[in-house]
Amino acid sequence: MARMNPEINAGSMADIAFLLLIFFLVTTTMDVDSGILRVLPPPIDPNAPPPPPVRERNVFVVLIDYQDRILVEGQLGNINTLREQTKEFLLNRTNDPNLPEKRMVEIENLGETEVSRGIISLQNDRGTSYEMYIAVQNELAAAINELRNDLSREKFGKRFDELTDEDLIKAIREAVPMAISEAEPKDIGGGR
Amino acid sequence: MARFKKDAGTKSVKINTASLPDIIFMLLFFFMVTTTMRETTLFVRTQMPPASEVQKLERKSLVSFIYIGPPIQYQVFGTEPRIQLNDAFATLNEIAPYVAAEREARNEAERNQITTSLKVDRDTKMGIVTDVKQELRKSNALKINYSTTRGEVVAGRR
Repeated sequence: MARMNPEINAGSMADIAFLLLIFFLVTTTMDVDSGILRVLPPPIDPNAPPPPPVRERNVFVVLIDYQDRILVEGQLGNINTLREQTKEFLLNRTNDPNLPEKRMVEIENLGETEVSRGIISLQNDRGTSYEMYIAVQNELAAAINELRNDLSREKFGKRFDELTDEDLIKAIREAVPMAISEAEPKDIGGGR
Repeated sequence: MARFKKDAGTKSVKINTASLPDIIFMLLFFFMVTTTMRETTLFVRTQMPPASEVQKLERKSLVSFIYIGPPIQYQVFGTEPRIQLNDAFATLNEIAPYVAAEREARNEAERNQITTSLKVDRDTKMGIVTDVKQELRKSNALKINYSTTRGEVVAGRR
């Protein structure tokens, strides 16, 4: 028998590899998880002295009850106006004594800047729906982001989310802090 | 020109395709490495609420997930929202060990950068979410992410 030089036809190999490739493309996910990032307060040490009380004027209380109604600073609020209210509170343009104090802080790249001492306290009931909670969180975050955008445009000529320089981002973050406190849970009652 | 024509006429040009599979395999491996397979089977429904002010989670390897929502098989498990960790339903007490295990699985240098992503169904009540948050605080997993979809918040939807 004559010795043949066997040559396997590798033409279909590419097709097989293509099939595998398409299979992986279909079954795997490339979606990037996104959401609202928050940092929880550290657990309270029972032996630690109670923290100094925060002045009434510096706290912006947003409460969502079990029927998803919003109470903003003791008055019935609305999700559509919450953003403006929050901005007004944090800005305190007229230096109203009922709105939060400001302090001057020397910030790198920004110089002397007024930083509001305002804190947003978000409280909810056990019966509050998650969707409403996220909607409110979103509005509060939007208010702060808008303030950051305004400041960034004024100082650097660009929107905050368009900034690329880490130092500038840090400066803006310091000037307009994301001061949202998710309160200790309390049972307001009514809900489940 | 004439010579060129003559060459083309006599030889039938055959492109060597032997390296084609290799190229495709390289593509295949690239996709296998960069994408992630869905690891857990979801037992709870997690239809996440929309939000516009979202941030991307940067490093997927540093994210651990907690799913909360009504069971998909509500005929068997009822409609009360449940917590799912890994591949099973869990109770509140199991969150602390889960966080510890997640921490153990990561590099020592990166352990404090772990973000816990809460994938919660939009119709869930906050009670169970608050409980989970308290558990996370107790076990010092403070960086959390309320997972949402991108979109405008429809105001006033109840």
